[in-house]
Amino acid sequence: MTQTDTLGPRPALPWIRLDGPEPFVEGRLCRACGARTAATHLACPACGARDSIETYRAPTTGKLHAYSIVRRSYPGVPVPFISAIVDLDDGLTLKGNLINVAAEPEALPVGMPVRMVFGDALGRTDKDGASYVAFFFEPSA
Amino acid sequence: MSENVYILGIDMLKFGKYPDRTFAQLGGEAALLALDDAGLSVHDVQAMYCGSVFGAYDMTGQAIMREIGQTGIPVTNISNACATGASAFREAWIAVKSGLYDVVLAVGVEKMPRGMLGAGHETGISLEGLFGSASMPAVFAESGMEHAGKYGTTFEQFAKVSVKNHHHSTMNPKAVYQKETPLEEVMGSEMIAYPNTKLMCSVNVDGSAAAVVVSEKKARELGLTRAIRVLASALASDPWNPRNPIMPDVNGCTQLAAKSAYEQAGIDPRDVSLVELHDCFATAELLHYENLQLCGLGEAGRLIDEGVTALGGRVPVNVSGGLLSKGHPLGATGIANMYEVALHLRGEAGARQVQGARIGLTHVVGLGTASAVHLFEKA
Repeated sequence: MTQTDTLGPRPALPWIRLDGPEPFVEGRLCRACGARTAATHLACPACGARDSIETYRAPTTGKLHAYSIVRRSYPGVPVPFISAIVDLDDGLTLKGNLINVAAEPEALPVGMPVRMVFGDALGRTDKDGASYVAFFFEPSA
Repeated sequence: MSENVYILGIDMLKFGKYPDRTFAQLGGEAALLALDDAGLSVHDVQAMYCGSVFGAYDMTGQAIMREIGQTGIPVTNISNACATGASAFREAWIAVKSGLYDVVLAVGVEKMPRGMLGAGHETGISLEGLFGSASMPAVFAESGMEHAGKYGTTFEQFAKVSVKNHHHSTMNPKAVYQKETPLEEVMGSEMIAYPNTKLMCSVNVDGSAAAVVVSEKKARELGLTRAIRVLASALASDPWNPRNPIMPDVNGCTQLAAKSAYEQAGIDPRDVSLVELHDCFATAELLHYENLQLCGLGEAGRLIDEGVTALGGRVPVNVSGGLLSKGHPLGATGIANMYEVALHLRGEAGARQVQGARIGLTHVVGLGTASAVHLFEKA
């Protein structure tokens, strides 16, 4: 058994956590001002407070804030796909592929309720052959 | 401290592909043209600021001095994404405003890599198309769709920006393209990232522009006939916004820079005669009408529909053709915008002259994020 097999799939983004029963996104909340981010910083980027950040398990439901239907990307990237900005119910914003919906503006009303689902990172593996876990969004209504 | 600061000479090379010329040659040519425009020589220049994104690590400013004359003056290289040229200009302005120098040269120069630009923050695998897109057409499409979601702005309204700017460029011999693109052609061209079609994306080209910045004392000594007074120089970074940088925010820092510029100049946005703003994508131009206070929130779509920002309208925007048609060599763009405004304030813009131009505004915004807004008037 290779080391990769032992370790299992890896998170495709630093804020994806795979050490629970189910994958989840770990958010960061500033106790001083209430700002939420996915990434880590030395101090709170909103208020500058130090030692004020706590981590939490982000919700998996939210609303579509903005999107683009991408029909030409970098060479080798399959198109089309929907690049979506989603505001989760707690106010944390994430960007991801919106799936299981037609890639047409008429099917993508702003404010549409969506849910986050986790899955394999579209078959992409790194130089060690390791697989990755990503999140995607799909309509929840 | 110099009471006022002036542009005495300014020029640019026609934007295009220059595979056989170096950064230093391109930048040096623009520098010499600007010095000629000012009636000065390299021996008059006391400091130099060089803006370049893809040449910044390579001591491009010093290489330009080797092309035009190595006088040993202080040279500083600046990189600030798409705000690079304007940031180099602003450093020249600060150096003169402070009273330290009377004549400072600002150069913006770029040779662009081929292909689509975008930032990838890679882990072990490519993230493009896995967590949406980091390509610039998609990122600015999302900003446009945010506006559409709030105010009902349409694909057609965004497309009209390209129709207008491409039309303007037919009157600008220094634009890379000088070609009319009717609405159906803009909307029907290859969809890159909805709602940005290929004709709604700025042109990836090489280019350079340069400005000679002088003190009040020097301007009076040399004559104010063609001098352009700098009314305001503002630079801002992105303030906290809960969605940024997951969704890069081009609005917040533009709004900050614009507010600061209007306050410095002591003018009302309605006093502005023409604007050269950062139309890196057609979706971006409409956002900046509001960010630069050319209209109220949600009114940008109406502005483009009514022709307010076309040549002949109340406040013409991007009469040069803009980044969409003149071209967008990142480091050169900011100073090229100022060149356009200077032409109009001097009454030298030919067929595209904005009649009675008194005050001009230039704007750039680079993701990361930096935004510069400058205001100018004829001395």
